[in-house]
Amino acid sequence: MMQILGDSGEQGASITRRLKLYIFVIGVILITIGPTLCWAEYDVIDITKPFLRKIPIAIPQFKNASESVEEKQLSETAADFLSDTLDFTGYFKILDRGAFLFDPEKNGVTLADINFQNWTVVGAELLITGYYEVKNDSISLELRLFDSFKARRVLGKKYSGSKLNQRSIILRFCSDVIHYLTGSRGIFGSEIAFISNGTGNKEIYSCGFDGYNPRRVTNNNAITLFPAWSTDGKWMAFTSFKAGNPDLYIRNLKQGRETKVSRKGINSTPAWAPGKFELAATMSFSGDSEIYLLTGSGKIIKRLTKSHGIDTTPTWSPDGKKIAFESARSGSAQIYVKDLVSGKVRRLTYEGRKNTQPSWSPRGDKIAYTSEMRGGNNIFVIGLDGQDPVQLTYDSGTNEAASWSPDGSLIAFSSNREGPSRIFVMTAYGTDQRRLLVLAGEQTKPKWSTNYLNIK
Amino acid sequence: MQKKMWLMIALLLVIPGLLFTLGCQKKAVSQAKAPAAAAAGQPAPAPAPAPAPAPMGKAPADWNITRNNIYFEFDKSTLTPMAQDTLMRHAAWLRENSDVTVTIEGHADERGTNEYNLALGDRRADSSKAFLVDLGIPASRLTTISYGEERPLCMQQNEECWAKNRRGHFVIN
Repeated sequence: MMQILGDSGEQGASITRRLKLYIFVIGVILITIGPTLCWAEYDVIDITKPFLRKIPIAIPQFKNASESVEEKQLSETAADFLSDTLDFTGYFKILDRGAFLFDPEKNGVTLADINFQNWTVVGAELLITGYYEVKNDSISLELRLFDSFKARRVLGKKYSGSKLNQRSIILRFCSDVIHYLTGSRGIFGSEIAFISNGTGNKEIYSCGFDGYNPRRVTNNNAITLFPAWSTDGKWMAFTSFKAGNPDLYIRNLKQGRETKVSRKGINSTPAWAPGKFELAATMSFSGDSEIYLLTGSGKIIKRLTKSHGIDTTPTWSPDGKKIAFESARSGSAQIYVKDLVSGKVRRLTYEGRKNTQPSWSPRGDKIAYTSEMRGGNNIFVIGLDGQDPVQLTYDSGTNEAASWSPDGSLIAFSSNREGPSRIFVMTAYGTDQRRLLVLAGEQTKPKWSTNYLNIK
Repeated sequence: MQKKMWLMIALLLVIPGLLFTLGCQKKAVSQAKAPAAAAAGQPAPAPAPAPAPAPMGKAPADWNITRNNIYFEFDKSTLTPMAQDTLMRHAAWLRENSDVTVTIEGHADERGTNEYNLALGDRRADSSKAFLVDLGIPASRLTTISYGEERPLCMQQNEECWAKNRRGHFVIN
């Protein structure tokens, strides 16, 4: 359960809409009166700008309703998780709690109680306060986001639910914070599927966007590869050798029922068409590996590529009108883009001896890919004009299989920089590279799902 | 300004990368031939058809189709003269054992991506099968499967090991 806090006369949910209107109006005024005015606001973060300055934010411990030990422990866990979650996005510089004086038991958490000078002096441009209460098995939590330089509250929400829901409560608030700042719902309702061979076979696993609660999705006892989420998160397609041949499986995740697509040769690298019950996949029954468009029940709609040499690993543009894929038609594998409306194909990458594993950004403007280099593979991004490929990983073993977060702000990939291959996450500009999780065996091929919080 | 810098960095990385690539590929080729050449006990012969056993000749008495892999060059599915030589012996053996059906497994080394290597292994198995069919072995006796890079024989990361993994392997059904 969630309600909007109304103690400063603002109506949280409609703020963004009003803000957008304001920005539009102000933008029109600015354009009219010329570019002489300085506009140093972050009301909407421009996430398309590289090397963005991180916003300093203070997240003190929450104020607790009682002196119960359990409440204190839960409340501290909640504040830490909130802090870690916002940190994960790469947008913030979380101020060390030792750097400011704030006693939640003495200082209040609402607009009227806060002395914003205490926060501006330590450089905190944003402040989040919390009021935490445990009642039997349920918790209630008031969370507020303040702009300390403007001395105003920009978000305020009250949540209540079971103790078990603490994670999703915090994630919902974080989603509101990110929505307020960026205009996008973020990533907190997303999952990352990947391959792990801890059981001795490669199987598909899945975890939260932050590596939380990894669990096994397939139990094939056979090589299983190339997980692909449908846009609604209800279906997962993958390749498995469980019936001997590398066949394609399309699984309904809730019901567990599967459709098998088994043609002679390989049936691999599925990629769901955005928002549709259709997918592109590689098949070699014609004697050459080509990309086909299939229905969600595995029937071939049409062939999408026709060339001598390997064509594989399709990825969809977010509007579903184009695919990028890798092709060895020119000799070594390079990335190509096919316009499905006009049927035209053009080569996107020219630099580098072999470029593979294209992954189209959900924003539509960039394609991440793997470039084979001396000493290992590295991840690059390139614009759709094919100009200025930018290298994101350096000097750290083999880095491959880039997959964008649903908002296009982060990239998951696999790297063997620590020895065994693990899943890593970085910002879309290559900064803040960190390991997501460690399981037995090696982890490869992350695939980021859409943001389910978006869909609800 | 920044763009220029990126370009410089890209050039600095790409040029030595290309130089290395050339050096590297040559090595891969020579290594690839090493095991096969050693097995056959002769230097690399002229291009196909290989002279060794006559196409309709007999397989050596103790020929073991499952123990004699064929090997491929890096990122290639074309059959080397060595591979063709081995396949001719396989063909002779298959003719002498006409009740046997086999599966040809195509494998790749770990370099490159799993996606690409699965397709590459498929092409390797297919080119081996096509060669045998050309030698008169009925296609119905030959099935193919690609394992890509998923089933390496040798786990080290060096040329010698990679060469052993880029293989076509025969299994009797």
